[in-house]
Amino acid sequence: MSARQYELIYIAVPESSEQELADLHALVEGIVTRLEGALVRSEPWGRRKLAYEIGPYKEGIYVLEVLSGPPTMVRELNRRLKVSDRVIRHIVVRVDEVEAVAARRKSARQQESARRRAARGLPPLPEPGEDTPATTNPETEAPEAPAEA
Amino acid sequence: MAEQHSNSQSGGGASSGGSGFGGGQRSGGGGGRGRRDEKGGRRGMFRRRRVCKFCVEKIDTISYKDVRMLSAFIPERGKIQPRRLSGTCATHQRKLQLAIKRARQLALIPYVTD
Repeated sequence: MSARQYELIYIAVPESSEQELADLHALVEGIVTRLEGALVRSEPWGRRKLAYEIGPYKEGIYVLEVLSGPPTMVRELNRRLKVSDRVIRHIVVRVDEVEAVAARRKSARQQESARRRAARGLPPLPEPGEDTPATTNPETEAPEAPAEA
Repeated sequence: MAEQHSNSQSGGGASSGGSGFGGGQRSGGGGGRGRRDEKGGRRGMFRRRRVCKFCVEKIDTISYKDVRMLSAFIPERGKIQPRRLSGTCATHQRKLQLAIKRARQLALIPYVTD
């Protein structure tokens, strides 16, 4: 049973100062830690033009935070961000399930391609760390490139 | 054919710098036939893609954050391009739809443009 992971994106008003942005971040972090979640990473996107006007605003400062924690945390985040007049808009999306499915599909595909390679009697694909295939690959690639160009 | 495929794959894995270029060429080669059909066979103004982009390029996650990718499925007016025009498979169209709607909420892409 692992904690659920969420992505939170909020748009701060364009006039926000560094301090106000830091306060918002602290607000989010505070809620997350209080409800026994964890802040996985924080990724400020910076100033961006809005695709449409929201009230008086034509641009906003986007911030992405990846969090993990219980559903109660999301409820609290939604509540607090909704009433905040420094935040134009926000969204919380659960990501762990989607990522797990994608990872599963990817590994299944890799296994399948490895199986088919083996069925054709080809050697397995080189691992990134291996030495010998890395030296052979540029050789097979090199004659191709001028022919294509 | 099989040889070529495995070549381009291992080439992509070997050099990260050249992988983007190689990948583009590969899909260009694969889609070349389809693209010619689009131009010649279509009367209307919409190009028709026969295959699902996400299946062909093996894109597993359709993220609402990737505006560049989503905008490929949003015609001028701002509506979501229907499956019959984009060729997207049902599964991916559903995911695409969700991603577009989320992106709209965040003002990353417009609801309407006129």
